[in-house]
Amino acid sequence: MSTFTSPADTIDPLTSHENHSVRSRGRRRGGRRIGSSVFLVILAIYFVVPIWWLFVAATKDTAGLFSSPAFWFDGDFALFQNIAELFTHQGGIYWRWLGNSFIYAFAGGIGATILAILAGYGFAKYRFRGRSAIFTIILGSVMVPLTALVIPTFILLSQYGIINTPWAVILPSLLSPFGVYLMRVYTQDAVPDEMLEAARIDGAGEIRTFFQVALPLLRPAIVTVLLLSVVGTWNNFFLPLAVLTNEQLLPVTVGLNRWTALSNAGAGGEQVWNLITTGAFISVLPLLLSFLFLQRYWQGGLALGSLK
Amino acid sequence: MTATATIVAPAGRAPRERRSRLDVRRQRWGWLFVSPFLIVFALFLIFPLFYAFGMSLFTTGLATGTQFTGIGNYVKAFTDPLFLEGMLRVLAFAVVMIPAQLIVALIAALVLDSLVSWLSKASRLLIFAPYAIPVVIGALMWSFLYSPRFGPAGTLFELFGLPAPDFLASGTVFYSLVNIVTWQWSGYYMIVIYAALRSIDPAIYEAARIDGANGLQTALRIKIPMISSSMVMVITFALIGTLQFFTEPVVLRNIAQGAIDAAYTPNMYAYSLAFSYSQFNYASTIAFSLGILVFAGSFVFLFLTRKQSGLK
Repeated sequence: MSTFTSPADTIDPLTSHENHSVRSRGRRRGGRRIGSSVFLVILAIYFVVPIWWLFVAATKDTAGLFSSPAFWFDGDFALFQNIAELFTHQGGIYWRWLGNSFIYAFAGGIGATILAILAGYGFAKYRFRGRSAIFTIILGSVMVPLTALVIPTFILLSQYGIINTPWAVILPSLLSPFGVYLMRVYTQDAVPDEMLEAARIDGAGEIRTFFQVALPLLRPAIVTVLLLSVVGTWNNFFLPLAVLTNEQLLPVTVGLNRWTALSNAGAGGEQVWNLITTGAFISVLPLLLSFLFLQRYWQGGLALGSLK
Repeated sequence: MTATATIVAPAGRAPRERRSRLDVRRQRWGWLFVSPFLIVFALFLIFPLFYAFGMSLFTTGLATGTQFTGIGNYVKAFTDPLFLEGMLRVLAFAVVMIPAQLIVALIAALVLDSLVSWLSKASRLLIFAPYAIPVVIGALMWSFLYSPRFGPAGTLFELFGLPAPDFLASGTVFYSLVNIVTWQWSGYYMIVIYAALRSIDPAIYEAARIDGANGLQTALRIKIPMISSSMVMVITFALIGTLQFFTEPVVLRNIAQGAIDAAYTPNMYAYSLAFSYSQFNYASTIAFSLGILVFAGSFVFLFLTRKQSGLK
């Protein structure tokens, strides 16, 4: 039968919200354990191999991409040469794209998070007329596919003349109904009404109560919503594809897709396969590394939406 | 953790005390806190929706100019084989892709939950890694791997003396897309399910063990039912995402024009109508119809699973 094992990691961030102090789990030693481990290794290989490929491919020049084995290095290590070429090709437009992606993701993500914190707090801690009705509409809107809004948004923005400006990407990215839902649910649990009352009795105004009492308690949810909305904007493809035509304004996702389309269609001179792989590799690093170093935050946070 | 807002009636409305003058003043603060979001919500969700609906009621012709045509565009859309085929295709994607992602995510999460070792920690991270990669880049990577020119398939199959399969033919590209999406999203769903598993009180497993349940029985009879609300959430998100399928087929179309046409999914159809043919009225009709169908679909799904999800 199963044996009892270690009270599993008590500081596991996943449970920090829940705070199960001691967990113990039964498990059968031996065969099943090995079977599980082998299964995990196979699964991990499937998920990692394409990323490994991208790294290897970024170190090859175009000739090497065609001739050498896909999953191993070529004779010469061309990564730095490729990076240098990214600085010269089309006047280094790649770095401009990467910078645009950063600006859009942070402006959109931070903005969406601020709006979600405020609205979540408002819905959770104030009773005002129409609150339930409005919140129900917001909750229902989570089910509206945002891509269905891209074309009407494009038409609207072009009427106001903000098509082909950074605002055309940033402003629609401020919308995060799911973020509001998460913040509301979290605020309701994490910020006790009594604490707010106490602050008010002590003479703190509503704004001060919000900043000094509520906000610090909301940190885990804030990190989650920020992460989800930054990743969401960083990922966005349909919206910038529709609202931006000026090459200087593209985010890196749309830009690299454009290079790929050109390389597939074009003649020798337009084929920049080595720049596509190197560019793609560099563009995934910031997010991959942040996820690696911010594990403590996202592992607990991403699940917030599912907790009841 | 009980304060889940419900679709129909958010909790916590019970009047706790009589409304005082203070409450009235506080009402105003509530409005102040929610209004910045409501402005964005109105401008970029409500207004575009109504605008799309409005646009869909008109038709612009070269000779006729813009004319009110009522539901004419909808009649056209729901008899348009390109739109209907696209809808059927994304439904087929939903039927194949969502179970694929869910099974991978669920099994991975169950294994991770039963195994505490450095290996399980490392694989949790590695399986999740694709989530950190933008969808476009993920699709680009796979399109390289599928490509007969760069891809490893030729070499791999040569080892066994077999011809390499064509991942980008019209019959196979469907599954190539399923693979990309499964690769990209399973890890995220796994993390959500895993967290839900970790929040189950371990005393329940203890009870099950004493009653003689083995690992598989515990997983099937206790763990899965207890995390059904997160499963419903994951499926809902996967459903909404799949029906608006756009990025991956657009990227793969770069190298598989023969297998993926411009109207492969309803979103791609709407995009090409708007930006290749400038048929903005009809494109709005397609976008609005897709929106309604997705909304209705996820609503029906949430309604059918209301018992499992705890939504009332």
